[in-house]
Amino acid sequence: MAWFKKARTPRTSSTTEKPSRVPEGLWVKCPDCAQILYNKDLEKNLAVCPKCAHHFRLNAAERLRMLLDRGRWTEHHAGLSSTDPLGFTDTKAYRDRLRTAEQATGAKDAVVVASGQLDGIDVVVAAMEYAFIGGSMGVVVGEKITRAIEQALDRRQPLIIVSCSGGARMMEGALSLMQMAKICAALARLDRARVPYISVLTDPTTGGVTASFAMLGDLNVAEPKALIGFAGPRVIEQTIRQKLPEGFQRSEFLLEHGMIDLVVDRRELKATLARALRFMVAAPALEPQVAVAAMADADQSSR
Amino acid sequence: MPPDLLEFEEPIGVLLKEIEALSMLPQTPERQRSIERLQAEIESIRADLYSRLTPWQRVLVARHPSRPTVLDYVERLFTEFIEIGGDRRFADDHAVVAGFARYKGEPVMVIGHHKGGGGDTKQKVYRNFGYAKPEGYRKALRAMKLAEKFGRAVIAFIDTPAAYPGVESEERGIAEAIAYNLREMAALDAPIVVAVHGEGGSGGALGIAIGDRILMHEFAIYSVIPPEGCAAILWRDSGRKIEAAEALKLTAPDLLAFGVIDEIVPEPTGGAHTNPDLAASLLDGPLARALADVSTREPAARLEARYRKFRAMGNVGIAEP
Repeated sequence: MAWFKKARTPRTSSTTEKPSRVPEGLWVKCPDCAQILYNKDLEKNLAVCPKCAHHFRLNAAERLRMLLDRGRWTEHHAGLSSTDPLGFTDTKAYRDRLRTAEQATGAKDAVVVASGQLDGIDVVVAAMEYAFIGGSMGVVVGEKITRAIEQALDRRQPLIIVSCSGGARMMEGALSLMQMAKICAALARLDRARVPYISVLTDPTTGGVTASFAMLGDLNVAEPKALIGFAGPRVIEQTIRQKLPEGFQRSEFLLEHGMIDLVVDRRELKATLARALRFMVAAPALEPQVAVAAMADADQSSR
Repeated sequence: MPPDLLEFEEPIGVLLKEIEALSMLPQTPERQRSIERLQAEIESIRADLYSRLTPWQRVLVARHPSRPTVLDYVERLFTEFIEIGGDRRFADDHAVVAGFARYKGEPVMVIGHHKGGGGDTKQKVYRNFGYAKPEGYRKALRAMKLAEKFGRAVIAFIDTPAAYPGVESEERGIAEAIAYNLREMAALDAPIVVAVHGEGGSGGALGIAIGDRILMHEFAIYSVIPPEGCAAILWRDSGRKIEAAEALKLTAPDLLAFGVIDEIVPEPTGGAHTNPDLAASLLDGPLARALADVSTREPAARLEARYRKFRAMGNVGIAEP
């Protein structure tokens, strides 16, 4: 006999669009467990729901802040912008879409390239900005990431790319497609030069971004439950004329199929990257107590 | 309309019917002259149509079910072909063909997508309509590594709607297979000439299309997304494919202007499928020239030039303060 007639059924995460960014305002409802969260608490927790560990989407600046020591970095190539080489117009002119995205994000395109330190190791980081036309990759994203790779190669510093993208940008046509080739050519040089590259895959990482640099890390690390795939789920459903199984194209699915190395909670991400980088570059081993301190520092810098 | 004609070729269909009707009647010199006149008219209409194809019409020509395939070109331009199979990991993908052959007497590696064009439905199903799976990309790379090992050039024929968008593709890492090819082809120590001769469908095409020289057939297309998909996403109506085809700038002349391709290969009036022999001989010259040109370079210089070529892609669309 139940004391309450109606058991609360938590809303299960569905494959439908979920509000990803932390919404403005004091209180936020977690789209996964429906818990009402105090915005400040959520921010302190790296935008991870304290109750169910749902990972809200981070913007590029938040990502860099959580990864780099003391939340400090130097941004590079911020001025690059697209000239709309195709003169593309659909229901709206691409130029207008660019302007709207620029106003919304304060960025000129969908990636921020930065250098800084991760747990004392000099690194080059490219963090993608989903709010800028779905984090799509056009010529500017391609160029900035290529420059980040070349910078990592020149300085012999590890490269970290945090992907968050719907794929290649349609409005720049085949030029967007060619960015996959351009970036991979640069990654070939980085690989041959034995400079480390860690790919961090976050929700979502799809299309031409997955089929180029996101899958080519010496280490591929994903945040939990991130959508990661090549073809979009709807396209696949049309092909096979069936509903896709629960969890298809999520991080854990890719881990199971051997496509990524690790699924790591965002709150452990920096410490995990720091440890992995120490395998790849010459850096002193961490004393146990130092390691703890470093993790505390990592936590502080990101909070 | 005869099945080989495309929707925009209807005026030709009408005349063909007239010819057919005339041929049924007893032959007279006058009827013969009418037939010849009609045939001349067809040629002139065809020439006119094909001199000003819209982007969407080019999409239709590029996707023509009888468009010559990699093996049609192999048969006409190459000798001693031996097809090789399998990725040594999972399976043999019939949507990708790879094999040893001789071109102008020199051993080369041929790779290419195969849609099953010209064949019946069974043939097309066997080729999975040219939708390659991860094992197809891995087979192609295995073939290319053999070319590198034995100091042979690679000739890649591109014609695919897309990489196969299915569950097993994702399970076996289609994204990784393409990405890895892009990286390894960029650094492959062998001359590579690419011919985008049919449908250059996005990452599925690019996955075997990195090279020192990129040729593209006159009526072929090369795009980041099919026009239907683009229209469905941006216009929320896949019926707006004609506008999407215009906007995407997926034609050979557009891509030449953007520096995505190096040279346009002329086709028979009416498209390669109307005369595969002529299509092959029109490819022969540009292919031989491109291959001779890149093969004579020093390996290091060739790799550097390949890097520079792709490094510059998209510069046309970037403003730097």
